[in-house]
Amino acid sequence: MNALLPLPIVLPLLGAALSILVGRSRTAQRIIGIAILAAVTVISVVLLVAVDREGALASQAGGWEAPLGITLVADRLTTIMLTLGSVMLLGVLIFAIGQPGAERNHIGFQSVYLILAAGVSASFLTGDLFNLFVAFEMMLTASYVLLTLGGGREQVRSGMTYVVISLLASALFIAALALIYTATGTVNMADLAGKMDDLPPGLRSAFAVLLVVVFGIKAALFPLFFWLPDSYPTAPSAVTAVFAGLLTKVGVYAILRTQTLFFDEGSRPATLLLVLAGATMLVGVLGAIAQNDVKRILSFHIVSQIGYMIMGLGLFSVAGIAGAIFYIVHHIVVKTTLFLAGGLIEHIGGSSNLRRLGGMVRTAPFVAALFLIPALGLAGIPPLSGFVPKLALIEAGLVDDQHLIVAVSLVVSLLTLYSMVKIWSAVFWNPVTEDPEQETHVVSRLGGPPLMVLPTVALVALGLGVAFGAGPLLDLSGRAAADLLDPTTYITAVLG
Amino acid sequence: MTTSLAFTAALLFGVGTYLILQHTLSRILIGLALLSHGANVLLMGSGQRGTPPLIGSGDPARFSDPLAQAFALTAIVITFGVSSLLLALAYRSWVLTGKDEVEDDVSDRSIASGGHLDKEVIDEEAWHSKALDQGGASRDTEPAGHG
Repeated sequence: MNALLPLPIVLPLLGAALSILVGRSRTAQRIIGIAILAAVTVISVVLLVAVDREGALASQAGGWEAPLGITLVADRLTTIMLTLGSVMLLGVLIFAIGQPGAERNHIGFQSVYLILAAGVSASFLTGDLFNLFVAFEMMLTASYVLLTLGGGREQVRSGMTYVVISLLASALFIAALALIYTATGTVNMADLAGKMDDLPPGLRSAFAVLLVVVFGIKAALFPLFFWLPDSYPTAPSAVTAVFAGLLTKVGVYAILRTQTLFFDEGSRPATLLLVLAGATMLVGVLGAIAQNDVKRILSFHIVSQIGYMIMGLGLFSVAGIAGAIFYIVHHIVVKTTLFLAGGLIEHIGGSSNLRRLGGMVRTAPFVAALFLIPALGLAGIPPLSGFVPKLALIEAGLVDDQHLIVAVSLVVSLLTLYSMVKIWSAVFWNPVTEDPEQETHVVSRLGGPPLMVLPTVALVALGLGVAFGAGPLLDLSGRAAADLLDPTTYITAVLG
Repeated sequence: MTTSLAFTAALLFGVGTYLILQHTLSRILIGLALLSHGANVLLMGSGQRGTPPLIGSGDPARFSDPLAQAFALTAIVITFGVSSLLLALAYRSWVLTGKDEVEDDVSDRSIASGGHLDKEVIDEEAWHSKALDQGGASRDTEPAGHG
C-alpha cells in the first residue's frame, strides 16, 4: 500500500511530460489528462479507505530512513484532501475541455494543469517542511502560468500582484524554514513535532505565528487576503474554479497540519486564530456584498469561508477541528461548483457583470438550478451541504464558550445568503436592466456545451452527496481531527 | 561569521522591503530578488559551519552542514525560475501599457477618488476605460464597452 503514496505526484508529472510530447494532437493530450487524473482519483480513494481502516501510512523515498530521506505521509486528513482535490481537478479539466477558450487555444494548458495537480498532491502528501515549500512552488508556478494565459491587460495586471505576493510569501517561508532548521536541526515534520517541545516557549509561539503568516498569505486569511479577489476573477473561469476550490485550501491544510503537529497547547495562537477567523469572515462577506460581478462576489466569498475553517482550528478541540475539516470538504465541492456555474452564466450571458445579465431563469432554467443548489448550500440552508459543518462548528464554539465567534459566524451566514440572493435575483430572476438587445445565446436546452454542463451536474450531485452523507462524513472528519490533535500515529508511521 | 550573515540577511530584507513598496515594477522586481537573497543567506547561515563536507577529507564531526546548502541551492533555482517569469510579465505589462508602473485596481481607484459606481449613471466598463484614460494609459485603450 505504501507504494501508492508517490503516485499522485509522479503520475501527473509524467502526464505533463507526455502531454508536451503529443502536443500536436489535442485529442491525445485530453485523453492523457483525463486518464491521469482519473487514475489519481482512484488511487486517492483507495488510500483514503486504507488509511481510515489501518492508520497513517508513510513512505521513505530511496530507502533513506526518516528524518534524513524524503518522506511522504498519508493520514486521514491528507487522504480526504487528496481525494477531493483529484475529483475537483478531474471535473474542472472536463469543464475546461468543453469550454471555448483557455484549453483549446493553448498547447501547454494540459501539461501546466497536470503540474498544478502534482503540486497540490505533493503539498498534501509531503512529510517534510522543505518539500512542502517545493510543492507549494510547483503548484504556484503552474498557477502563475494558468492565471496569465492569454496575456490580456487585466490578466497581466492582476497576475503581477499575484506573483509578487506569492514570491513574498515564499521568501517568508524560506526565512521561517531557516530559523526552524537553526533552532531544531531538522525539517522532517514528524521529527519536528518532538524537537519543537525542547525549545523555549517564547520561540515556539514566535514560530507558530510566523507559520500562520506564511500560510495565511496562501490561505487568504485576514489581513493578508487582498490579492485574492483582485487576481482570481481575471483568469478563465475553469482556472478560477480550480484555484478557488483548491489553492487556498492547500494553505488552510498547511495551517491545520503545522499548528496541530508542531505546537503544544501552550504555544498555539488560539485566540489570535479566532480573532483572525472572525475578521476574515466579516471582511470577506462585506466585500462580497459591495461587488457587482459574479466572479468577484464568489471570490470574496472564498475569503469569508476561510474564516469558518480557521474558526474550527482556533477552538483546538476535536469537535472544532472536525467541523473545520468537514467545512473544507463542503467548501471545496460547493465553491468549485459555483465557479463552474458562474462560467456557464458567463458563457450564456457573455458577461459576469450583474448589470448585464438577467432573466436567465427563462432562457437557461437548467443553469439556474445548477447555480441555486450550491448557492444555498454555501449559505448553509438545510438540508444542503453547508448546514451540518456550520452546525458542527457552532456547537463546538458553544461548548468552548466562544460566544462572540459563534455570533459572528451566524451573522456572516445570513450575509452570505443575502449575497447569494443578490446574484440569483440579478442573473436569473429579474429582467435585463440594461442593454435590452444583449444577446444571450443558448446553445442547447442544457444551457451550454454538454462537456461544460456535465461536470457541473456531477459536482452539484457530489455536493448533494456531501449533504446526504453528512453523518458518516462528520464521523470521518472527527477521526481525522482526533488524529491531528493526538499525532502519535502520524509520528510513529514516519519515525517507526 | 554567523552574525555577519544575519546582518547581511537583515540588510537585504530591509532594502528589499523598501523596494517592494515602490510604485515602479522594475524596482519591485529588484526588491523581490534582494528579499529572496536575504532569505537564502539566512538558509546558508542556518547550518553548522566547518570544513567542506567531502567524505574522506577530514573529520566528519567538523564538516559544515551540507543540508543547509542544498536547501539554499533549491531555493535559488526556484527563485530564479519565478523571477524570470515575473520579468516576462513585467515586459508584457510594458508592451501593453507603455509604462513601468503597477496599475491600480479599478475598484481601488474609484474608492480613492471618492467616487463610487452608481448603478443609474455609469456603465462599469465605460467607466473603466475612462478611468484608464485619465490615468494617462491611452496607448491602446479599448473602445468604451460595447454600448
